[in-house]
Amino acid sequence: MSVASVEDPTASGAVWISNADPRDYVSLLKPRVMSLVVFTALTGLLIAPHGLNPVVGFIALLAIAVGAGASGALNMWYDADIDAKMSRTRGRAIPSGKILPGEALGFGLMLALFSVVTLGLATNWTAAALLAFTIFFYAVVYTMWLKRWTPQNIVIGGAAGALPPVVAYAAATGSVNLDSLALFAIIFIWTPPHFWALALVKSADYANAGVPMMPNVKGPDRTRLEILLYTLVLAPVGALPWLLGFASPAYGVISAVGGAAMAAAAVRVYRVRHGKGADRAAMRLFALSIFYLFALFGALSVERCLALFTT
Amino acid sequence: MSNDSKQPGSRPQGVTLTPEQARSRRSRNIAIGLAIGALVVILYVLAMVRMGPGSIPTTLR
Repeated sequence: MSVASVEDPTASGAVWISNADPRDYVSLLKPRVMSLVVFTALTGLLIAPHGLNPVVGFIALLAIAVGAGASGALNMWYDADIDAKMSRTRGRAIPSGKILPGEALGFGLMLALFSVVTLGLATNWTAAALLAFTIFFYAVVYTMWLKRWTPQNIVIGGAAGALPPVVAYAAATGSVNLDSLALFAIIFIWTPPHFWALALVKSADYANAGVPMMPNVKGPDRTRLEILLYTLVLAPVGALPWLLGFASPAYGVISAVGGAAMAAAAVRVYRVRHGKGADRAAMRLFALSIFYLFALFGALSVERCLALFTT
Repeated sequence: MSNDSKQPGSRPQGVTLTPEQARSRRSRNIAIGLAIGALVVILYVLAMVRMGPGSIPTTLR
């Protein structure tokens, strides 16, 4: 197991007392990822045809967020050895020695259990089962299997990040339908160009840690081509909510403009292949992709809220 | 921090925490307490919302 290579101060039998404070445990939950999960799950709740009690909706969002946090803690437990080798992650709570791997494992499992049970009690067991599957998919299928095995890791593993709006929609309706799957598809297709743009810049870090990211395995040129292809597919997929009729033409315009901006940024990444300009182009696409996703889901949420308040 | 005394005849001294360890343990304890309290409140509110006013016996209304 990967975590075995991380130094355990209790292994020698010495007394070890933690200096970790609650912020270190919160950092295990990957708060930035949680904020994205909350945001996309909120959209999943809002597009549901019949509303959810606001209190129940809040608790459902909280449960989904904690479930995402549990996935993050389990990911950090298993990937502590990789995190210790990468400049971007070596300051995390486990590699820096603030929290023991076993503590992170227990913390993650406990939160996973509580989040799934709470969501089931608050809404329905279809949503709870989907949340449990999401946690399993991220912690086991992606973290333990795909991440160290194939350069398609974040393509397939992206399903875990794409599921929160589906879970939220199921929490409101008890089912999964085409509308919620459209939100899934947007995040799923968005994930590869988003992460590969970062991987192009951080490829040395990933190579040092032995993670088979696309730029290390297939090369940066192939990665640039795949980024461009995924981004070209993303543009029409981003318009699906409007095409399926559950978003307004205003959303259609926003998705078209956003899709065009993403495509232009991806073309630049494809063309500029050397020097600092190449890194700048990749980081620009990375930043734009975050803005793009927030714009799409934000537009959907805003127009749903406006519809709620005007009817 | 010091481990238990091993000298024959001496009573175990336990572990003495450094001020930093004591501070972080206290903050962790407070956080756990708040989390448990929040969970209790959430489950209570959830039960009230899920059961609704119809579930309260009329004699108690």
